[in-house]
Amino acid sequence: MLSTAADLLNVVDWSRAQFAMTAIYHWLFVPLTLGLGPLCAIMETIYVRTGDESWRRMTKFWMRLFGINFAAGVATGLILEFEFGTNWSNYSHFVGDIFGAPLAIEGIVAFFMEATFLAVMFFGWNRVSRRFHLTSTWMVAIGANLSALWILVANSWMQNPVGTAFNPATARNEMISFWEVLFSPTAMNKFSHTVTSGFVLGAIVVIGVSAWYLLRGREQQMALRGIRLASVFGAAALVLALTTGHSSGMNVARTQPMKLAAMEGLYEGSARAEFSVVGLLKPEAERMTGDDAYRFELAVPGLLSWMSFGDVNAWVPGIRDIVNGNPEHGLLPVAEKIERGKVAIGELAAYQQAMQAGDAAALAALNAKFDPSTSEGAAFIDEYFRYFGYGYISAPADVVPNVPLVYWSFRVMVGLGCLFVLLFAATLWLSLKGAVEKRRWLLRAMVWMIPLAYLSTVCGWLVTEMGRQPWAIQDLMPTVAAVTKVPSSSVMVTFCIFLALFTALLIADLKILTRQIKIGPGE
Amino acid sequence: MDYTFFQHYWWAILSLLGGILVFLLFVQGGQGMLYTIGRTPAQRTTLGYSLGRKWGLTFTTLVTFGGAFFASFPLFYSTSFGGAFYVWMLILFVFVIQAVGYEFRDKPNNFLGERTFGAFLQINGILGPLLLGTAVATLFTGAPFTVGRMNLNVVGDFNTISEWATPWHGLDALADYRNLALGLAVLFLSRVLGLQYFINDIDDKAIVERSHRRLLWNSAAFLVFFLVFAVSLLFSTGMAVDPATGVVSPEPYKYLHNLVQMPAVAVVFLAGVLSVLWGIWIGISKASRRAIWFSGAGTVATVTALLLLAGWNDTAYYPSLVDAQSSLTLANSSSSLFTLTTMSVVSLAVPFVLAYVWYVWRALSRGRVTESEATGAVG
Repeated sequence: MLSTAADLLNVVDWSRAQFAMTAIYHWLFVPLTLGLGPLCAIMETIYVRTGDESWRRMTKFWMRLFGINFAAGVATGLILEFEFGTNWSNYSHFVGDIFGAPLAIEGIVAFFMEATFLAVMFFGWNRVSRRFHLTSTWMVAIGANLSALWILVANSWMQNPVGTAFNPATARNEMISFWEVLFSPTAMNKFSHTVTSGFVLGAIVVIGVSAWYLLRGREQQMALRGIRLASVFGAAALVLALTTGHSSGMNVARTQPMKLAAMEGLYEGSARAEFSVVGLLKPEAERMTGDDAYRFELAVPGLLSWMSFGDVNAWVPGIRDIVNGNPEHGLLPVAEKIERGKVAIGELAAYQQAMQAGDAAALAALNAKFDPSTSEGAAFIDEYFRYFGYGYISAPADVVPNVPLVYWSFRVMVGLGCLFVLLFAATLWLSLKGAVEKRRWLLRAMVWMIPLAYLSTVCGWLVTEMGRQPWAIQDLMPTVAAVTKVPSSSVMVTFCIFLALFTALLIADLKILTRQIKIGPGE
Repeated sequence: MDYTFFQHYWWAILSLLGGILVFLLFVQGGQGMLYTIGRTPAQRTTLGYSLGRKWGLTFTTLVTFGGAFFASFPLFYSTSFGGAFYVWMLILFVFVIQAVGYEFRDKPNNFLGERTFGAFLQINGILGPLLLGTAVATLFTGAPFTVGRMNLNVVGDFNTISEWATPWHGLDALADYRNLALGLAVLFLSRVLGLQYFINDIDDKAIVERSHRRLLWNSAAFLVFFLVFAVSLLFSTGMAVDPATGVVSPEPYKYLHNLVQMPAVAVVFLAGVLSVLWGIWIGISKASRRAIWFSGAGTVATVTALLLLAGWNDTAYYPSLVDAQSSLTLANSSSSLFTLTTMSVVSLAVPFVLAYVWYVWRALSRGRVTESEATGAVG
């Protein structure tokens, strides 16, 4: 069956579901790879420096868990790269000139490093020298984090498309500054926040598993060493994660105000904007029309303004301001942006007609409109083309993401982050006092922190990705214009197949990991 | 160095990556024979241990190949992956199940059981090369798609930049015997390379003898299917592109013309074929451990040259079977000059990457794999 216009929304929904499902499963494995890699490298470094065989034994144990987790991460990661083509073919053409480059660089400079030295890490213990093996372990840890850099650069560009210009002749965006793409504040914040939160998760897993051994009265030396090492590593990473999380929030306030408003459930913009600690949102229809969006709310006045702009008196736009416009603060209503987007799309249609007619004068005039180096082009881009994606939006309310989901995901992430501060403070303090194994309630809490760390990191990505809906590329391309023309039934079938496969692999991964933990490091 | 130079340069990089990928499919070839070469659990563990040290390279090359194609020719990525949806999804499925096969197969409490993960490896070992080869053949034989970049200016309808003209979404490739011939040639080549790899890497008399015995008929099957594809290709009509106007039109014997008009590519192609044949000969005649190196180098050279024939010399590298002007050429489907130039700077890292891959390979291959080493490592 060929796809029809009536099938479009179904295809978009199933394609989004497929991509989200793949990304969530992938992200269950990646943060542990990011965090456990450096911890294994540190353990092995201590072994090489001291020659203490018990450190070697400990390193090999954690490497075994790293390898099991890595395999599942690779399996789920492969399909993500190709799904941009299979499910989002319009997107692939529209921004492939920019988006493909980080993916290719990731393969060439990072993934090869990771995969090549991984073989030494697992198969080289008796085949290469100690130092070569140690170097390989560090290369794997560095490669994994370098890999994350390029993937996050690509993702950040979707959130904040910079260093690009639209070429009407090819009907696509083209890169004009590689450095702007690489070093955009969005990319740097996202990379540092994601990687450091991966370090935190890795540390929590090491602490939790070590605590489990102490509760069982097994592997005392390895467990105490693990807790001490991971506490120091995790606490340092947590400080960085909190700092970069704050700067990420400030960046979101500037580049994706709708996402910030959704994170805060802020419907009416204000100066000295309140930070909603926790609250219960009213139904959607009442939120958009009523005075107060909450049934109840615990909030701190001025804190959101300060967190967003470093000034307690700063004005923060709410969802209604963004949708309906706010002339006082220079916000255009979405209805106006839709009209301007349609004008920009219309100019592309005019370009096509001029090309078909061979009208050189019309083509030159239209080229000037899209050329950012001319004053006419700069004005057209600023007034019309920047709203290109709005031209595909049916109604203003469509630009509002799922507010309750984003709001609660953000609170769960931040709340758990605060809990982890207490955890690391307690474990560090008690480790230094040499009393950690005597606090069994704390050891139990450490074990329970493992699933909470995963919940926290998945919630972080839900905020990032759900908060930017309906955009595939912020303001330039909504998901409805990005999708591949295949029957929705086909995407539904592949969704179900991969859901079943990934669920089976996740169960297998967890069962193998728990069995390996029960077996322990062995002799 | 102008735009055309960089377009050709990136096609050459992709061709080389494609050549390396096909060589590294020896891992898949070996996997497909895990239960026929390995009769006992210990032998299967030895085979899995030997291949397990290399599977990551194949996987990484596939990922890099995909990323490089996306970066340099995004319109192909958009058209082929979106259009031939079923085939690419099937390919992804068989590679996803491979990724966990090695790590999970021997582990206790693995939920699906050792035989399931073993079956995953076998499925990947057979379908992986077969489907990749069949998909790559469409670079010569074409596919039923249309491209309209300006479809983006239609709002409110389901208009996409590229569209597949049949409801088969890629499965139509199986209806062309040439595609199947290349798919089967790649499958049997991967098995030949896998057998030669076992002979090279494993110190086990029974495994080496069994591998040696299977070399003959796998080589014969490879040669038959490769010959069918090569002959049909050289005598088939290809799509030529006029570099001045960009107009695409059919040209009889296009790939034969390409071979003649690009003597350097012809030399690489012939040298590659001869090297593969020599590798096969010394593998069959005396179970030489060096056979893999001749066959491997020959594979890289042959596949690289074949892919150069598909894209260089003003050839449409992805012909459309329903609208000739929708055919993809290096000029009409590449990234911008800026992106290609930037990526070219990054590509300077490729020799360095190849150097450390080679160094690590050598370091890990000192001394052949024995059963005691493999079972000790896994157990």
